[in-house]
Amino acid sequence: MRPFTYERPKAIAEAVSMARSEGAGHVNAPVQYLGGGTTLLDLMKLDVMQPTRLVDISRLDDRLLRGVSRNREGLRIGALSSMAELADNGMLARDYPVLQQSLWLAASQQLRNMARVGGNVLQRTRCPYFRDTSYSECNKRIPGSGCAAMDGVNRLHAVLGVSDKCIAAYPGDWAQGLAALDAVVEVLGPGGARSVPFGELHRPPGETPHIETSLQPGELITGFVVPGEPWPRSLYRKVRDRESYAFANASAAVALRMRGDVAEDIRIGLGGVATTPWRARTAEGMLRGKPLTEAAIRAAAEAEFAQARPREHNRFKVALGPATITRALLEAKAMEV
Amino acid sequence: METPKISRRGLLGASPVVAVSAKAASAQTPEAAAPALPDAPVRRRVVLKVNGESRELDLDTRTTLLDALREHLHLAGTKKGCDQGQCGACTVHLDGERVLSCLTLAAQAEGREVVTIEGLARGGKLHPMQQAFIDNDAFQCGYCTPGQIMSAVACVQEGHARTDHEIREYMSGNLCRCAAYPNIVAAINQAKSQMGRA
Ligand SMILES: Cc1cc2nc3c(=O)[nH]c(=O)nc-3n(C[C@H](O)[C@H](O)[C@H](O)COP(=O)(O)OP(=O)(O)OC[C@H]3O[C@@H](n4cnc5c(N)ncnc54)[C@H](O)[C@@H]3O)c2cc1C
Ligand code: SF4
Ligand code: FES
Ligand code: FES
Repeated sequence: MRPFTYERPKAIAEAVSMARSEGAGHVNAPVQYLGGGTTLLDLMKLDVMQPTRLVDISRLDDRLLRGVSRNREGLRIGALSSMAELADNGMLARDYPVLQQSLWLAASQQLRNMARVGGNVLQRTRCPYFRDTSYSECNKRIPGSGCAAMDGVNRLHAVLGVSDKCIAAYPGDWAQGLAALDAVVEVLGPGGARSVPFGELHRPPGETPHIETSLQPGELITGFVVPGEPWPRSLYRKVRDRESYAFANASAAVALRMRGDVAEDIRIGLGGVATTPWRARTAEGMLRGKPLTEAAIRAAAEAEFAQARPREHNRFKVALGPATITRALLEAKAMEV
Repeated sequence: METPKISRRGLLGASPVVAVSAKAASAQTPEAAAPALPDAPVRRRVVLKVNGESRELDLDTRTTLLDALREHLHLAGTKKGCDQGQCGACTVHLDGERVLSCLTLAAQAEGREVVTIEGLARGGKLHPMQQAFIDNDAFQCGYCTPGQIMSAVACVQEGHARTDHEIREYMSGNLCRCAAYPNIVAAINQAKSQMGRA
C-alpha cells in the first residue's frame, strides 16, 4: 500500500471540499472517499488503487446520508446506510423485496456490516487480471495495455455490453435492483447537487474501460431515490458456484405489476453477465402489456441474449442468463402479494 | 490476556512492520506523482479502545486494525488468513458489530469499542460460545476459530441463529479449511440458549 493522508471530516460540505481533485474518472482520482473500505482498502493493498488521500465519510452523522424514508415521490435511501441494516429492514423486505434480497444475498454479514450502499454501486470488477498487478495487460488498470482476459481464463466475465478493450463483469448485486426500478442517484460535488438516472451512472467499457462511471472526481453519492409506488411483486434471483458468499454467475432483479395474467409493467435487471448493471430492455419490451406465459418469457429472455458476445470459458452464461430470467419472472408472477 | 505496555518510542524504533512497509513504499513511489502524494509514510496518533482498555499508538496511516492488534498491541488471538476480506479469520467486534479487521484501518476504529477473542472471557470463565466450541469439537487446527467464535457470538446477538440453515447462511463469511462446519453449527446451537437470546 502506498502512503496516504487520512482525514475524517465532521460535515458533508467539509468532506466534499476535501475530496476536490483532478483525475481521469472518479475511481482513479487521487482523493477517495472511504466508506466501508471493503473495495477500496482491498484494492489499495493490491496496489490496484493508489489514492494519496482518504476522506473517511463513514461516521458522517447527517440525515441526508442515513436511513430509509418514504414520501409521495417514493423511497429514499441514504448512501451511508450499511448493507446489513437494509438487509434487515422489514419495510424493504415487504414493499421492495428485490432490493432487500439483493443485499441479503451479497457478500457476508461482516462485509455487509462494513459496506455502505453508496460505495457498493462503485465496487470494482473481480476480474483476476485487474486485481493482480503482475499482469501487465489490463486496459482498465493501465489504459492501452491490452486485455489479458480476452484469451485468458474468462469464465467469470461478461457476455453483454462488452467491448474489444474489456470484458470485465460488473460484480455487484444491489445495483441491479436500482437499475430495474429506475432509481435516481443523488450526487453532491464541488459544483453543487445534481441527480443522475441510475442507468447513466455506469459507463459501458467501450474504448475507455478505466472510466467506469459518469461521476466526476470528488463527487459524493448522498442517496438513491426509487420513484413511484412500491414494488411488492419483485425479487432477486442469484445463481452462484456455491450456496452462499459468492459473486453471481448470473442474477436477475425482476419487478412486476400484473393485471390478471398480463404484465402491465415489467422490469428486469441482470447481474453477473454484463459489464454494467444491465437493464434487459429488449426482453421487457417483448413482455410489457402481454400475458406472462412461460413460452413468452423464454423467448424474450433468449432475445435479450441474442446480442451476447461470449469468449472461450463463459459461453455457459448465454444459456444461464435466460434461464435465470425465466425462473425469476415465473417466481415473481407466482408471488402472493 | 496480559499485554505488555508499549511506549511510543519503542514502537517507532522497533516495529518491524512499520520499517518494512516504509521502505517498500518509497521504492515504489512513481516519479510522476500526483500533487498530493505524501512522499513519506504518514503517521497518526490513534487511541484504540480494545477489550475495555484504551491504548495510545503512533501508527502509519496504512496500518490495519488487524496489524495494530497483532503487531502493535501483541493481541495475536485475531488471525490473519487472506488479508483480503475473504476468509473471516480476522473477525472482531467494532461497536458490537462483527467486522473484518484486515479491511479496517486502525484509524477508522479510533474512539470505538473493539472486542477481540481475548476480551470474551469474564473473570477467568470462558464465554459460553468458547465453551461450546470445545464441547462440540468445533475445530481441528484452530486457525479459523477465533474468527468463527467472534462471528458466532455476533450471529446470536443479531438474532440470526434461529435455525441451522440460518446459522450456515450467516456464518458463511468464516471459512474453515478443516471443514469443521457441522460441529460449528452444533456449538452455536448449544451456546445460543446459554447466551439468553436466539
Ligand atoms: C470477499 C468479498 C465478497 C463480496 N461479495 C459481494 C457480493 O456477493 N455481492 C456484492 O454486491 N458485493 C460483494 N462484495 C463487494 C462489497 O459489497 C463492496 O466492496 C462494498 O459494497 C463497497 O462498499 P464500501 O462502503 O465498503 O465502499 P468503499 O470500499 O469504501 O468504497 C468503494 C469506492 O467507492 C467510493 N465511495 C464510497 N462511498 C462513496 C460515496 N458515498 N460517494 C462517492 N464515492 C464513494 C470510494 O472512494 C471507493 O472508490 C464483496 C466484497 C468482498 C471483499
Ligand atoms: S477484462 Fe477488463 S479488467 Fe479484465 S483484464 Fe481485460 S481490461 Fe482488464
Ligand atoms: S484475514 Fe481478514 S478476511 Fe481473511
Ligand atoms: S479448524 Fe482448521 S481452519 Fe477451521
